[in-house]
Amino acid sequence: MGRSVTDYVAHSELDVRAMLEAVGADSIDGLFDDIPEAVRRREPLALPTGLSEAEVLGEMRRLAAANTPATSLVSFLGAGVYDHYVPAVVDAVVSRSELATAYTPYQPERSQGVLQTIFEFQTAICELTGMDVSNASMYDAGTALAEASLLAGHQTRRGRIVVSAGVHPEYRQVLATETAHNGPRPQVVDLSVGAATDLEAVRAAVDADTAAVVVQQPNFFGAFEDLAAVAAIAHAAGALFVVVADPLSLGLLEAPGRLGADIVVGEAQAFGNAMDFGGPGLGYMAVTRKLMRRIPGRLVGETVDIEGKRGFVLTLQTREQHIRREKATSNICSNHALNALAALVHLSWLGREGLAELGLLCARKTAYLRQALLAVPGVTAFTAGPVFREFAVQLPVPAAQLVEALVPLGFLAGVPAARFAAQFDGAGDLGGVLLVAVTEKRTRAEMDAFVAAVAAHLASPEVPHA
Amino acid sequence: MRSADRRTIYEKSCCARRAYSLPASDVPELPLEDLVPAGLRRTAPARLPEVSELDLLRHFTHLSTLNFGVESGSYPLGSCTMKYNPKINEVVSRLEGFAGLHPYQPEALVQGALELMCELEQWLAEIAGLHATTLQPAAGAHGELTGLLVMRAYHRAQGRDPQRIIIPDTAHGTNPASVIMAGYEPVAVTSDARGGVDLEALRALLDDDLAGLMLTNPNTLGVFDENITEIARLVHEAGGLLYYDGANSNAVLGISRPGDMGFDVVHFNTHKTFSTPHGGGGPGAGPIAVRDTLAPFLPVPRIGKAADGRFFFEDDRPQSIGRVRTFYGNFGVLVRAFTYIRGLGPEGLRRVSEMAVLNANYVMEGIKDLYDVPYERRCMHEFVASASPLKEHGVRALDVAKRLLDYGVHPPTTYFPLLVDEALMIEPTETESREDLDRTIEALRAVAAEAVSDPEMLREAPLTMPVRRLDEAEAARHPVLRQRFAEDGRSCA
Repeated sequence: MGRSVTDYVAHSELDVRAMLEAVGADSIDGLFDDIPEAVRRREPLALPTGLSEAEVLGEMRRLAAANTPATSLVSFLGAGVYDHYVPAVVDAVVSRSELATAYTPYQPERSQGVLQTIFEFQTAICELTGMDVSNASMYDAGTALAEASLLAGHQTRRGRIVVSAGVHPEYRQVLATETAHNGPRPQVVDLSVGAATDLEAVRAAVDADTAAVVVQQPNFFGAFEDLAAVAAIAHAAGALFVVVADPLSLGLLEAPGRLGADIVVGEAQAFGNAMDFGGPGLGYMAVTRKLMRRIPGRLVGETVDIEGKRGFVLTLQTREQHIRREKATSNICSNHALNALAALVHLSWLGREGLAELGLLCARKTAYLRQALLAVPGVTAFTAGPVFREFAVQLPVPAAQLVEALVPLGFLAGVPAARFAAQFDGAGDLGGVLLVAVTEKRTRAEMDAFVAAVAAHLASPEVPHA
Repeated sequence: MRSADRRTIYEKSCCARRAYSLPASDVPELPLEDLVPAGLRRTAPARLPEVSELDLLRHFTHLSTLNFGVESGSYPLGSCTMKYNPKINEVVSRLEGFAGLHPYQPEALVQGALELMCELEQWLAEIAGLHATTLQPAAGAHGELTGLLVMRAYHRAQGRDPQRIIIPDTAHGTNPASVIMAGYEPVAVTSDARGGVDLEALRALLDDDLAGLMLTNPNTLGVFDENITEIARLVHEAGGLLYYDGANSNAVLGISRPGDMGFDVVHFNTHKTFSTPHGGGGPGAGPIAVRDTLAPFLPVPRIGKAADGRFFFEDDRPQSIGRVRTFYGNFGVLVRAFTYIRGLGPEGLRRVSEMAVLNANYVMEGIKDLYDVPYERRCMHEFVASASPLKEHGVRALDVAKRLLDYGVHPPTTYFPLLVDEALMIEPTETESREDLDRTIEALRAVAAEAVSDPEMLREAPLTMPVRRLDEAEAARHPVLRQRFAEDGRSCA
C-alpha cells in the first residue's frame, strides 16, 4: 500500500515478511485461519476510501464550516452547557501526552501524575460542594443522577424517589431510562409560580417508601431552591437529600453539604471544557462519608510506599466492576478523567477569589439583562428573581420563533422551553417560555443590542428584522 | 526522579496569589446581598488553589513527568488497545466549528455536526455488519447498559420478558455489572479447552428465560471462538439475542463482522479501536450498532435526513427506550473517531487488524518458552501468558509487572482473565514498531531471567520509579480521599 492512506502502522513490507517468518505463518491471511470461512469478510468494507492527512483535514474543515458555532455569535444559550472563557493554560496541560494518552492508572508507580490530579480534583469538588468524598468523575449530570438514585435505593432499601420538575428535563429522562428496571421509581413534583419547587407538593409526595428527594440548584429555570427546607422534609422521612448543583454557582451559593445534602451531582463542563455540542462534558458526584463505600466509580486515595514516601493509588476498589463484577456498585469503568483535569486546571487558575469574582460578574450581568428584558413590553418574568446566570422569561410569541428571527442578526436568544414540553406534563403551555443564560463573555453593549432586537421583533413579529 | 516534589497544588498555594484575570464589570455592581438571598449565600469560600500561572504550569508539567502515556513508550495493556492517538484528531476536534457548538442551537446551524454523526453511524453499522447505530453512550460500559435495555425493550415488544443473560467466565467485569444495572440476572458459562464457550455447558443453560448472551470475540484470552455461528444459532433458537462486547474489535476490522457472526447488538469503544485518547481514564465513547429488528428501540434522539438533504433530530420514537445521556453523546470524542476512520478507509482499517494480530503473535512467539501460554494456538490481537512458571522462585505476575516498569515498558493487564493463573494479558497494538516489540520481548525475557537469578529484587521492584510499591491496603483501611487543610484553610507557612 502506498501512503495515500494514513494507517499509522510502523512496519514496512520487509518488516512484515521477517515477522511472518518469526511466527511461522505463510501469509497475513494465514493468521486468521481460526476464523471460519463462513464469517470471514472477503470484500472490502463499504466505507469511503482512505485519505492523506491533508485531505482528511480538508474534509473535516468542510464539515466544521457547515456549522455556525455559538461561540461565533452573541449567544445566550445555557440549559446545562455554558460558554465560559477557558484559559489557555487548560489546553496546555490537557495536551501533555503523558496525561492525555494514559489509561486508567492501574499501575500506580508509573501513574502518579494522573493519580495526583484526580486527588486534587476530588478535593476541589469536595470544597465546592461541602461534601466529604468525591469520585474521579462521571459521564454527565444525567447518568450521575441515575447513579445517585441507585445509591439511594440501596442505602435506604426504599422504592421511590421524589424529583423536582426543576431538575433538567434531560437529566430526568436519563434517570427514567437507566433505572427503568432497577432502582427506585421516580415521581416528579411540580414547580410553584416563580419556578421554584413547590415545597408543599414535596411534603405531600414524600413518605416512608421515599429513598431520596432531588432538587437542582439553581434549577432548570434558574430559580433558587430552598435547600435547607427540602433537606428537612427529606430527612424527617428518613430519605436522602440529593442536590444537582451547578458547581460554578458555588463561589456565591452556599455549599449544598452545609445545607443537608447527602449526595451532590452535576455537570461541571463550565470549568475548563469546550461546549463540544454537549459532550464530553464532566459529570461529578460527591457524597457524605457515611455513603463512601457505596459511591460508584474511581476513587483515589493517599498512601505511602514501602520507604514511607507519599503516593496516590486507586482505592476502595472492591466497589468496582473489575473486582466485584455483578456485585459492583455500578458498571462504570471509563469516566471523564481528562475533562476533570481540565476543570481542575481552570479552578486552580481561578483560585478561591477568582471563582467568587467570576460568579459575581455572571450574576450582575444576568441581573442586568433580566431587568432590561422585563422592561420590554410583553415580556414577563417566568422565573422569580433573584437568579444566578440563567432565567426564564414569558414572551408573547413562541420562543422558538424569536430565536429563529434573531439568528440573522447574530444572536442566539436562548433555549425555548417548549423543546422539553414532554417532560413538563401538566405545567401549562411553555411555548412562550425562553431560557436565557449570561456568562462573563457577554458585554453590556451586546446585551443592549440584544434587548433592542427583542423589542423590535415583539413590536412587529411578522416582519423580518434582518 | 527519586526525590520528586510530591506536594499537592493546595500545598503549593500561598497568600492569595492569583493566576486569573476577568473582564472589568460593565454593568451596575449590585451588592451580593441583592443577588443571593441570605440563607443561600456562601458562608466560607471553597479552598481552591492560589498559585501564579507559571506555578500552575510547573505543577502540572511536573505531574506529567510522573506519568506514562502511549508516546512515552510501549503500552501493551491487554484489552485496552493502547494504540497511537493521532495528532490530527486533536487538531480537528478543537476546530471552532465543532468545539464551539452548543447542543441547543437551531438545527440549521449545526448541519455539519449532524452530517458527521449521521455518516459515522452508517460507518459503524457497516463495520459491525449491522443496520442502525446510536452514538449516545458515553463509554463501553454505558453502551452495554444501553444495548441490554434495547434487548429488553425488543423482548417486551414480542410479548416476552426473559430475565437471564449468559456471560462467559472470560468476560470483562463490566458485562455482569451492566446486566445487573439493566435489571437482568447474569449466568456464567464456562470455557472449553480451546478457550471458547463450552457448547455443552451453554446448551445446558438454554431455556425460556434466556434474554441473551454477551460475548467478546476474539475473547479476553485473545482467541477467536470458532463455534460462533453455532453459538448464535443456539441462542437465537432459544429466543435470546447476542450482544457483542466490542472491546476487542481491533482484531477483526474488515476481516470478520459481528453482524455476520450472528450478533444483534455491538458496542464499540472508540477510545480503543478508533484511536481516541484514553485521557487517564476517559472520556471515551461507546456507540452501539444493532440489527434492523432492534432499531426502533434505540435511544432518542435519533438523527434523520430529510428528502431535501437536511439533517434533523428525531424524538418521536414511541418504541425507544428513551434517553441514556444528556445531549447527543461524547461528540468531541466521536469527531476524533470519524477523523480516524476517514483517514484509514477500508484498506487502512483492515491493515490495522492485520498488523495488530501479527504483532501479538510476534510477541507471543518471543516469550512462549519462558512464560506459559495456556491456549497455544494462533492468537488474535492479544494473548494471555501466565507467570506461573516463575512461581517456584516466589515471583508472581504482579512482580513481573512492577519490574517491567523499570525497563520502560508499561506492564500488561494482570490477573485477568480470571481463569488463567497469574495472567499477563498482552496487547501490543498495530502501531508498535518491530524494535519496540523486540524491546517488550527482551524486557519480559530479562524479567523471567531475573526471577531465577534475583527473585528478591523482583519482589521489591520497581526500583527506578518516582515511588516504590505503594501500600494499597493502608489506603483502603484509612481512606484519605482529599486534601486536608490547616485550621485557617490555607496550607502555606
